[in-house]
Amino acid sequence: MTSLNFRAHARPAWRRLLFTREAAVIAILAAVLLYANLAVSNFDSPLTMYYLFLDVTPLLLIALPLTMVIVTGEIDLSVASVVGLSSVLVGVLYAHAGMPMWTAALTAIAVGAVCGSLNGFLVAYVGLPSLAVTIGTLALYRGVAIGLLGTEAVTDFPETWTDLAKTRIVEGGSLPLVLVPIAVLAAATAWLLHFSPFGRGVYEVGLGREAAHFTGVNVERTKFLLFVLTGAVSALAGVYFTLRYGSARGDNAYGLELQVIAAVLLGGVSIFGGRGALHGPIAGVLLIGAVSSAMRLEGQTVNAINIVIGVLLVASVVATPVLNRVAAERAARKPKRKE
Amino acid sequence: MSEPAREPVLVLDEVHKSFGATAALTSGGITVEAGSIHALVGENGAGKSTMVKIVAGVHRRDGGVFRFQGDDVDFSSTAEAKAAGIAVIYQEPTLFPDLSVAENLFMGRQPLKPGRRVDRAAMYEQSEVLFQRLGVHLDPRRIARGLSIADQQIIEIAKAISLDAALLVMDEPTAALSGVEVDRLFAVARGLRDEGRALVFISHRFEEIFALCDTVTVLRDGAYVATQAIADTNRGEIVAQMVGREVGELFPKTPAPIGDTVLRVERLNSTGAFHDVSFEVRAGEIVGIAGLVGAGRSEIARAVFGVDGYDSGSVHLNGEAIPMRDPRASIKAGMAFVPEDRRLQGLITDGSIARNIASVIRRGLAKVGFLTSRSELRAADEWAARLHVKTHALDMPATTMSGGNQQKTVLAKWLATEPSLLIVDEPTRGIDVGTKAEVHRLLSDLAGQGIAIVMISSELSEVLGMADRVLVVCEGRITADIDRDQATPEAVMRAATQLHHTEAGA
Amino acid sequence: MKNAVSDLLRSRELAVALVLIAAVVLTALKSESFVFSADGWRNLLVTPSMLVILAVGQAAVIVTRNVDLSVGSVLGLTAYMTGRIFIEAPGTPIIAVVLAAIGLGAVLGLVNGVIVAVAKVPALVITLGTLYIYRGVFLTWAGSDRINASDLPDDFLALGNKQIASIPVLSIVALLVLIAVGYYLYSTRGGREMYAIGSDPDAARLYGLPVTRRVIGAFVLSGALAGLAGVVYAARYGTVSSGAGLGIELEAVGAAVIGGVAIFGGSGTVWGAAIGAALLVTINRALPVVGISDFWQRAVVGGLILAAIVLDRVLALHRERRLSIERDTRSLA
Repeated sequence: MTSLNFRAHARPAWRRLLFTREAAVIAILAAVLLYANLAVSNFDSPLTMYYLFLDVTPLLLIALPLTMVIVTGEIDLSVASVVGLSSVLVGVLYAHAGMPMWTAALTAIAVGAVCGSLNGFLVAYVGLPSLAVTIGTLALYRGVAIGLLGTEAVTDFPETWTDLAKTRIVEGGSLPLVLVPIAVLAAATAWLLHFSPFGRGVYEVGLGREAAHFTGVNVERTKFLLFVLTGAVSALAGVYFTLRYGSARGDNAYGLELQVIAAVLLGGVSIFGGRGALHGPIAGVLLIGAVSSAMRLEGQTVNAINIVIGVLLVASVVATPVLNRVAAERAARKPKRKE
Repeated sequence: MSEPAREPVLVLDEVHKSFGATAALTSGGITVEAGSIHALVGENGAGKSTMVKIVAGVHRRDGGVFRFQGDDVDFSSTAEAKAAGIAVIYQEPTLFPDLSVAENLFMGRQPLKPGRRVDRAAMYEQSEVLFQRLGVHLDPRRIARGLSIADQQIIEIAKAISLDAALLVMDEPTAALSGVEVDRLFAVARGLRDEGRALVFISHRFEEIFALCDTVTVLRDGAYVATQAIADTNRGEIVAQMVGREVGELFPKTPAPIGDTVLRVERLNSTGAFHDVSFEVRAGEIVGIAGLVGAGRSEIARAVFGVDGYDSGSVHLNGEAIPMRDPRASIKAGMAFVPEDRRLQGLITDGSIARNIASVIRRGLAKVGFLTSRSELRAADEWAARLHVKTHALDMPATTMSGGNQQKTVLAKWLATEPSLLIVDEPTRGIDVGTKAEVHRLLSDLAGQGIAIVMISSELSEVLGMADRVLVVCEGRITADIDRDQATPEAVMRAATQLHHTEAGA
Repeated sequence: MKNAVSDLLRSRELAVALVLIAAVVLTALKSESFVFSADGWRNLLVTPSMLVILAVGQAAVIVTRNVDLSVGSVLGLTAYMTGRIFIEAPGTPIIAVVLAAIGLGAVLGLVNGVIVAVAKVPALVITLGTLYIYRGVFLTWAGSDRINASDLPDDFLALGNKQIASIPVLSIVALLVLIAVGYYLYSTRGGREMYAIGSDPDAARLYGLPVTRRVIGAFVLSGALAGLAGVVYAARYGTVSSGAGLGIELEAVGAAVIGGVAIFGGSGTVWGAAIGAALLVTINRALPVVGISDFWQRAVVGGLILAAIVLDRVLALHRERRLSIERDTRSLA
């Protein structure tokens, strides 16, 4: 880039990479992993890693499209309800309606996309606040799931399928096979958000909805598509959830929406939209998974884990404005540069 | 003014204030006497609004003298300033849209009944009295949402008057008002002056300053320049003080060959915004659109470009029908639109300069579906250089630039699309004189290259200086189509106010 | 006449109340005992009281353009504390326990409010964080423990069923809360300032309103009411397990939205939120009576929330359209 008339970057590359929210979360993740490896017995065993990955898979899946929704400045609280609904559908279609697993799973994912499109339609085209809409559909989708199956559970799934959810890439290794489709999906999402014209539009919608509209970004369609995608991927997570635990229940993944959102925000995505990068939420999910896993090995219950997640979330959000203020004060004390 | 040697109501001297690295005010000063209406003038960016905000308690000064009614003061909140007796009418109305008009007037100081209950009846009554004094009809019970900008501004004025303040600061209160409303406001202002209150009046309209004020203080580049009695000065002298040098040719309009029709708008209608709007713009022609703020000029432009819809009518560009409410189709057909509100509509202010410039053309920059920062930087670099954008680096957020550079960035972003029609809405609002002339020269050059240009401006001199033809909009209708040689301020203003009357609210 | 009808329609509180009455009447037609039996009558009135109290607090927060997601955790924590006090210090006067629960709730609300208002970070994120923290504290404190009815004094449990002139005491408590908060928001300067802040926070700051204090106040109120709801929970159900209050924050927000409280602040009343809460609870109870499996109740709740916000939007568009036509006719006149 020697032929440029302007400097391309105000800060050197290492500063641009290091001084970000994402880098901070990755550093915390690395610290937790290091500490757990040294101080928590059995944390470094392949089995621990294996279960860690299995446990965070639904979070990881949903975090990918949800990150994009939050970058546009919207939110989707209905994701866990879609997981539950999709789980119930797989069970009902397979066990009660006698559909083959393939068809049952694909139908469930299609219904997830429909759920997402209802959210997207109401938010993007009717112009309703996504917080209110998805609180409504959170209840609606969960309600349909529970309505369909009651307190029953479908558990007789074919073993080839339930085993698939737990297969390792290498026999006896720590990496489950599900990481392969997740990696593919993550790469596709990264392309969409960071290396496609559509992705630039996603950020612009979040940073300045009106300016994006004036620039020719189809704000409504962008939001709509992201909600549809989130619905479909949540349903995919529902299929996984069902197979992993071998059980389709209406209350599967109850409350998971808050965990996913916590992970995404922890990863540095701004709730106001326009800011964040995909590796942040991925690190956020892994951080929550690693902390949970380490604490569980230490004999802590899920309760103490809740406290840690909550403190991390609050601290990460409060840290940014506080650090900015400190930086601003420091800048103000420095002698002024004359332009 | 007959009492000798009375303490001035407001004294500011050598006041300075910086925001981060930019100094908004280096040595601001003004001395306002009781019983006087004091004009504060200066170019955009001269520091007027910063000074107003310091007086109002929005900002705290970094240093300098700030005396109010003889006491040294240092307000840390607007509530303190208000309690001390300072009322401010800001440029943009700041109402609470969900609350009633009366509540907007009396928020925080509502009349109370026994038991500290808000006395709504009394509140409505007092509101009526205020509106009567201003000679307007507004229903105090209706909510503020949906009021016209003029009505909102009137509420701001009523609010400030009802504060019974010793000092009333009015930051461009007349921009959205019609002639009759302005007259009423002036009558009230004179009444307050005669009661012995001090008023500060900020305006860009010299006629108003000379009609209303008795003293004028000029600011330039964040510093005090001069204070004079209005009677002892004239427009030319004030302008020279504001600009600080001889005003060069601000409107370098060069005649350009006029070509075929590029834009044809036919019988465009939109309920509540504009009616039966038809006009044509030809290649190489600059068509100015004049009218009062809120007359519907921007609404027409937005509908033509497609960011808003319309009820009926049609838009053709180079003979091709342009679909409604589809900006991307308009852009593809060759339209470009530099909107009125640079920071909200023109730019993603928190986005980088490079991405802003590349934002409209990025689809063409992607290679096999991959769009990289590198290709955006290259494209942005070229256009930023062509328009002489000044910046430290291309990945800086657009907020870090001055208004003039921001506007050049918006122009760069649109010129990168190589349009055949360029619509510019208030192209020089809030930018310094130097850049202003640059923008004018650029528009003139673009017309010379055969681009059709539609220019909306509230600055009459800009319209008259730049346009080959002036369309005047009044209350959503085109009321005049005047050729350059016949376009006089009087002709334009007559057409801009011919339908206007003062009925407001319901 | 036309105006009167549209005014009625525009009064959201009335519209939701009519739906509530219709639901009760229809259910009563199906099964008289839903209303006309000692138990039916009492349950009709007492069951909504907990959610009404939460929804009132939530509405006050939402009016200021914030949201409090931590109320379910606060409720769980205070309900557990209530039981704990009776176990550790039997003979503590009930009123002292109630005050302690309200006090703890207020402190937890204060924490929310201070972080939101002082650090200027979005309430959604902060209260999501404290939702986890407060629940974590509750569960860590409780361990595998739970409070059983046998742990609680009889006269405390009696509160859950006690009636004065055939009105349950807990309903009276909820009604008093509603009246007090409703009065504050509608008739005092402080309450009106909360609406102004929610309507446009930047304008409120520019105007010089005490934004920080009012926002903190709203969170303290919401926390205190969640604390009160925790006592109500303990008294009404007699048992407090780890699931107490789980997910109820979204019901409280939903009740407020159904009752016409705009999610972005500045409009709506606690009366609407309370009626919305009563509607949610009553429909839940009515479904089995009219022959729909109560498994579907959540779906109905979701449908109601969506219907409410879509209706709001339609009415707003209608109003906008009318205003612009008015402007046109005026300019032609």
